[in-house]
Amino acid sequence: MIHARFDLSYPGFALHAELQLPARGITALFGPSGSGKTTLLRCIAGLERTAHGMLQVKDEVWQDNENFLPVHQRQLGYVFQEASLFPHLSVRRNLEYGLKRIPPEQRRVQLEQVVEWLGLNKLIGRDSTAGLSGGELQRIAIARALLTSPRLLLMDEPLSALDAASKREILPYLERLHGELDTPVIYVSHALDEVARLADHLVLMEQGRIIASGALNEILARLDLPTAHLDDAGPVLETSVAIHDEKYHLTRLDFSGGSLWVSKVERAIGSMVRVRVLARDVSIATIAPQGSSINNVLSARIDGIQDEGPDRVNLRLTVGESHMLLSRITRRSCDHLNLVLGMEVFAQVKSVALIA
Amino acid sequence: MESAFSSADLSAIWLTFKLAAVVTVILLLLGTPIAWWLARTHSWWKGPVGAVVALPIVLPPTVIGFYLLVAMGPGGPFGHLTQALGIGLLPFTFAGLVIASVFYSLPFVVQPLQNAFEVIPERALETAATLRASALDTFFSVALPLAKPGLLTASVLGFAHTVGEFGVVLMIGGNIPDKTRVVSVQIYDHVEAMEYAAAHWLSAGMVVFAFVALLTLYTLNPSGRRK
Repeated sequence: MIHARFDLSYPGFALHAELQLPARGITALFGPSGSGKTTLLRCIAGLERTAHGMLQVKDEVWQDNENFLPVHQRQLGYVFQEASLFPHLSVRRNLEYGLKRIPPEQRRVQLEQVVEWLGLNKLIGRDSTAGLSGGELQRIAIARALLTSPRLLLMDEPLSALDAASKREILPYLERLHGELDTPVIYVSHALDEVARLADHLVLMEQGRIIASGALNEILARLDLPTAHLDDAGPVLETSVAIHDEKYHLTRLDFSGGSLWVSKVERAIGSMVRVRVLARDVSIATIAPQGSSINNVLSARIDGIQDEGPDRVNLRLTVGESHMLLSRITRRSCDHLNLVLGMEVFAQVKSVALIA
Repeated sequence: MESAFSSADLSAIWLTFKLAAVVTVILLLLGTPIAWWLARTHSWWKGPVGAVVALPIVLPPTVIGFYLLVAMGPGGPFGHLTQALGIGLLPFTFAGLVIASVFYSLPFVVQPLQNAFEVIPERALETAATLRASALDTFFSVALPLAKPGLLTASVLGFAHTVGEFGVVLMIGGNIPDKTRVVSVQIYDHVEAMEYAAAHWLSAGMVVFAFVALLTLYTLNPSGRRK
């Protein structure tokens, strides 16, 4: 477990945060800008010396009322928004900067291994970091942090300074890290698609406070949280590849609440695929739709209704035993169909975003 | 014309060079921590300390020389100290000249260093800390290398400015051959004695030296140029 509690105030801003996080997987700190995500991350790193509170990472106390372990003595890795590579060092010397400073017995990863993971083979021979793309710089920065074999990896919006192409370039590496490294990661982001793609655990922040914390889907499927009002609201589903339909170039993804047909996924039968169904892509029918172009229809039960502005409502749907979907429809449709809590309906899924 | 430099001239040149070298080394050792502190502190003392360091830029060298003379003299606090330590009195010695020159040239070393340290982003230092570097380690492995242009500027200016001083030297060092008679004083002596040819040689030498020093600085270090 990671247990943190911090109080910090600046003129015009105050952070009061307490949270318990699983010491594995990726936790996303999500919220609008100014909500204190980065400040909280900096407190965890020890970069905010004036923060009061306590921090325990697994069995080590990094901060409490009496003690404050300086940043350089905390076994953490930190990836800043900008790559922040040292301009006076070569790529290799940048990578080795942290590696050289940890005792050999703490080293759990090899330079070659990390270079391979992050695809840096072509870059490591460079004399300088000048002229590299934003995506390349950030990959080097991530590798540099990993090479200190951190017990906790902190990432502060590592993709937000990058263009769409560089983001697409880096995301697969981050997913791979998730799979290959058992280091817990705390990942600050204000992009819900990134969070949905990477995170296992989600912490929502607003105005310096934590308003919710829980498993990714628990949070994404709640109607009472700000995430439900986002344009791209919608939980994720963990599915497995069931059948490939070569003729129509489709793949069927199964989960315990039903199955979804999506454009062909180049993955082996049985492999796990995380998909995201956005609320705005789910419409409701009270009788089984016929003659519809929509391939994916799931039986569902309404277990939450909440207004979304004057004209629309958000519905929460239970699919199968425990899976959740959101649906955003007009209030008029809701009234015409007489939708009420507990009602059995058909959820028509117009599109499914494959995210991992 | 006979040999360009007399043996007294050569001895003054050697003394000047020795003085400037010793002073530059001391100034780098002393000025670097002061500049670092001035560049990073949020303390109330930053203003007053910065102003004191900059004083020699605006004060007449004779004023600095006068107060240093008083302080190091038999009645001054520093004079008491050096006498108690058995070193004796420092005015009119090479050591006294070194101390006076350090004061006089301090801003020329501290200010370029401070400017160089100030532009190092806080982020670079934070990054080093997250990569397990202690504050001292960060200073040597990140801050100093990034401040290299400032370091070069500070060394050249500190050295050149010490070579070029006159008033302070005259107040503190007097005019003792091989001990305190530096080039600028020697030129003054030549002129007093109407030895214009000798004064020319030394003066022209100073002009060439100053030009070469600044040229080196601007060529190696275009971004470190003082504005």
